[in-house]
Amino acid sequence: MAAVAVAHSEAHEPHHTSTGLNSRKMVFWAFLGSECMFFGSLIATYLVYKGRDSIGPHPHEILNIPFTSVSAFVLLMSSLTMVLALAAVQRGNNKGTKIWLAATALLGMMFIGGQVYEFSQFFHEGLKLQTNLFGCSFFVLTGFHGTHVTVGVIWLWTLFVLASRGKLPTEKALDVEIAGLYWHFVDVVWIAIFTLIYLLQ
Amino acid sequence: MSDHTTHAAHTEGGHGHPGAKQYLGIAIVLTLITAVEVAVFYVPAMKGMLVPTLLSLSALKFALVAMFYMHLKFDHRLFSWLFVVPMVIATFVILALMKLFGRW
Repeated sequence: MAAVAVAHSEAHEPHHTSTGLNSRKMVFWAFLGSECMFFGSLIATYLVYKGRDSIGPHPHEILNIPFTSVSAFVLLMSSLTMVLALAAVQRGNNKGTKIWLAATALLGMMFIGGQVYEFSQFFHEGLKLQTNLFGCSFFVLTGFHGTHVTVGVIWLWTLFVLASRGKLPTEKALDVEIAGLYWHFVDVVWIAIFTLIYLLQ
Repeated sequence: MSDHTTHAAHTEGGHGHPGAKQYLGIAIVLTLITAVEVAVFYVPAMKGMLVPTLLSLSALKFALVAMFYMHLKFDHRLFSWLFVVPMVIATFVILALMKLFGRW
């Protein structure tokens, strides 16, 4: 009986910490800080090597701005559906949570599909990882970003399954909030990549 | 309970977060900024101002997502520090490497 009471208490009351803040959320923000450094180093590498190739293809010959603009829009909209999923779980709206989580995951999959198409186009036009400095730094940077999106999509579908089984009540809203922080981070990284790599050629 | 703790408890429960209408408003603003970015890229007259314009618009989009979608505007300041300090360091690393390799 006492054990049940303790379990109930743990599920519904925030645990005490010296800062008064949730430890999981704090650790996750620290992780996102380290991710800033990671992507910062990849962006720095791209910018340092930019324009130093004697052999092509060069960025202005190969980058498809209209196509990537649509991809950027898709990822921005997935951030909207993600916050709507969080708002739904905080209100205890399980149906809304499932719909918005699925929408976010599908938009993420659409973005990845676009990236696979873009990479295959570049491959056919002669740009590979080992072709030149542009190919190497571009594929590593955007490839790592795409991997992050893929991890995010798997995470979102996992939450969707939990919501479908009724295991994502309002008390577990922090699980969705942390997944959301990761997803929005992936979005802001793309905002930087879109401007620095695609538009500022 | 101090103000600090009260604020943390308040925001962590999600009660201080914006509503669906505000989220939608932010999404519309983000879409418009993206459209302006792409338009600026294609306007020959903007060639000289391209770098500062695009960097400013990109920074604005970044800030809007971080403040409203990631809730940094509403959550405890410590979360902002945990994110902003490494981001500033990363920016300095990028600028330092570009200077070192004669790109800037």
